[in-house]
Amino acid sequence: MTQTKTTQPGSEQELKHPQDHLLRSDRLPHIWCATCGIGTVLKCFIEAIDRSKIPYDDIAIVSGIGCTGRVAGYVKLDSYHTTHGRAIPFATGLKLANRRLKVVVFSGDGDLSAIGGNHLIHAARRNMDITVVCVNNFIYGMTGGQAAPTTPGTAVTSTTPWGAFEPAFNLPQLLEACGASYVARWTSLHVRRLTKSFTEALLKKGFSFVEAIAPCSTLYARRNRLGSGYDLMKFYHDHSEIRHGADVNEVDIGFQDKITVGKFIDRDRPTWLELNDQQHEATLGEKYYRHAETIAAAAEADAAAPPTGTAEKTQDGGKDSGKDGGKNGGKDDSKEGSHA
Amino acid sequence: MARADPGHVLTGSHYLDGDHACTEGALSAGCNFIAGYPITPSTEVVERFARRIPTVGGTFIQMEDEIASITAILGAAWGGAKVMTVTSGPGFSLMMENIGLGAMLETPCVIVNVQRGGPSTGLPTMVGQADIMQARWGSHGDYEIIALAPQSPQEAYTLTIEAFNLAEKYRTPVMVMLDECIGHMTEKVVIPEADSIELTERRKTDKPPGEYLPFAVGEDMIPDMAHAGEGHRYHITSLTHDEQGYPVMSAEVQDKLVRRLCDKIRNNTDEIVMLEEDGLDDADVVVLSYGITSRVARAAVDDAREKGLKVGRLRLLTVWPFPERYIRELAERVKAFVVPEINYGQLVLEVERCAAGRAQTILLPHMGGDVHDPAVILQAIEEAAS
Ligand SMILES: Cc1ncc(C[n+]2csc(CCOP(=O)(O)OP(=O)(O)O)c2C)c(N)n1
Ligand code: SF4
Ligand SMILES: [Mg+2]
Repeated sequence: MTQTKTTQPGSEQELKHPQDHLLRSDRLPHIWCATCGIGTVLKCFIEAIDRSKIPYDDIAIVSGIGCTGRVAGYVKLDSYHTTHGRAIPFATGLKLANRRLKVVVFSGDGDLSAIGGNHLIHAARRNMDITVVCVNNFIYGMTGGQAAPTTPGTAVTSTTPWGAFEPAFNLPQLLEACGASYVARWTSLHVRRLTKSFTEALLKKGFSFVEAIAPCSTLYARRNRLGSGYDLMKFYHDHSEIRHGADVNEVDIGFQDKITVGKFIDRDRPTWLELNDQQHEATLGEKYYRHAETIAAAAEADAAAPPTGTAEKTQDGGKDSGKDGGKNGGKDDSKEGSHA
Repeated sequence: MARADPGHVLTGSHYLDGDHACTEGALSAGCNFIAGYPITPSTEVVERFARRIPTVGGTFIQMEDEIASITAILGAAWGGAKVMTVTSGPGFSLMMENIGLGAMLETPCVIVNVQRGGPSTGLPTMVGQADIMQARWGSHGDYEIIALAPQSPQEAYTLTIEAFNLAEKYRTPVMVMLDECIGHMTEKVVIPEADSIELTERRKTDKPPGEYLPFAVGEDMIPDMAHAGEGHRYHITSLTHDEQGYPVMSAEVQDKLVRRLCDKIRNNTDEIVMLEEDGLDDADVVVLSYGITSRVARAAVDDAREKGLKVGRLRLLTVWPFPERYIRELAERVKAFVVPEINYGQLVLEVERCAAGRAQTILLPHMGGDVHDPAVILQAIEEAAS
């Protein structure tokens, strides 16, 4: 891993960050370059966690490898920094072992769509109940700025020194086709809207995907002579066009061209866990080990008005809310207890 | 020690093949999560699990590949499940990077490899034992692993339970190195009463949130675990890390971590190793074998004894960690080791290393697709004895 990184001056360590309650301030200074876009995306995400009111102890965050992959190490939640491309299957295992968890994958474009591309499309197809945050900086930042499947047009990277030429992934289109329940895209300077999308994604049932277009100041901006990270952040913002519900076939991104942003997909499909329960319930009936629970959950769903049961939970960082993890919030039978 | 849950244990006498027996072993051990990808000759293990688990309590998911399978079980272990994945050669190769992740994150998990002939796609439906070194060294970097080699469907059952117990005790991936013959061989398998099956419980931290350090250890060098959602809000990473789980890029922290990852197993080799010896007291020649090959070796040894040769049998139920001290001591008293294996010479290298010239080491290789002819082993015994 090439690390030509600048760290923040020591004096900043003494400042108290308003999001300190969810940051591992004992790990500062962080490794990100000055004016890198990952930081603003993370700030929006943390704000969204607070807005979602999901209890902190119920959230797990999983990252792959990359500059963005370091996010897991800075967030004060149960956090797992795994291997390159494998955050999604790790998250899938976490979720299936403890259904009560809200599992978030936070990783880079290369991690998620190149080496981890197979997992990305299958998790969307399954409508696995996880949220995926993809920081798309159009490049492999951590390894020194090589081309990614997202590198647009003829951008210069260290492995496309004469300009890229492979067609790039249009991630919203890919995720829509695979079956994601929620797909949105913003740039890292759409702070308010990005935060809103993160909040929605966190509360959305099923597979939710938020793409955050962010500058890599040190490698992408510099090599393509696009100014500082701030300049590029502003450029992305100013060249974006908000089109909620846009046809995802038309939202691909060219080199230094317009960026269509917005909430593209917000639909309800049964999740993997729901289908798994349904199918086993239908074929095995009361022999299915979650039988009692499935009935109870269905009754609860009938009775409840709002679709998001998380809204009324309190977000009390100190309270010991995670102790019965895996037992489905208490309404379990003995079998589920052994599954914990 | 906890006892098995009667709801998971199919107590009684059954007629099962090794793959199915392995599934039952996992269920008896309390395995409640398998992620897998179909591959001959291992698929029956997950097929049976998929059929059984909805009524027993747990989850099966067929993943998109073996990389996803191994990684999903690691995630599930950190989510609180007892986990296993199952594969054969090509899938085993795909799993390697994340077996290293399992070792690095000290994640209790069981990996079953029903070995077939290789390399590459090789002999999908026919036997091999050529993944033995890969089991030990397949992922990059220094780490230790535990690997067991059953010789019968009955042992596929009992050693799978043992694999879960070792995984919990040492917080490490443990491999069950089945082979196509055992996997597809049907024999009587006796499954005992649940309350006679001892299970090692997960080492959970008793520290309150705020005080838990994911990789802090005491004298036994094995850290306690906390699952996601228990309020600790801990961090763990595949990078070299300190006790707190935070990444530290330094030779000092690397030294401390890697030594501990290896030593927690190395230093317990004598305790971990299971082997079966027969007639070693006055033996001049020892036939050392594991898995299916030990059954063939037994026939040859019996024949040799009938001819009056001083030959003993040594069977490794644990292939990794390798019983170094034991082989060293044995090499002082015997003339030769005869090592039949269905590969072109893998575990024999360990025997040779430990014998260190004090006893002769004779490899009897077989490239796979079939087992040895006992006559070949007998001939080798005769030559070694003369
Ligand atoms: C199996 C494997 N292959 C390659 C690498 C090297 N590697 C580390 S991060 C990375 C790319 C990261 O790019 P991206 O996911 O876009 O994250 P960014 O750094 O841009 O945030 C690569 C290729 C690795 N760690 N593991
Ligand atoms: S993505 Fe680019 S700017 Fe950001 S930390 Fe990595 S190298 Fe630096
Ligand atoms: Mg990137």
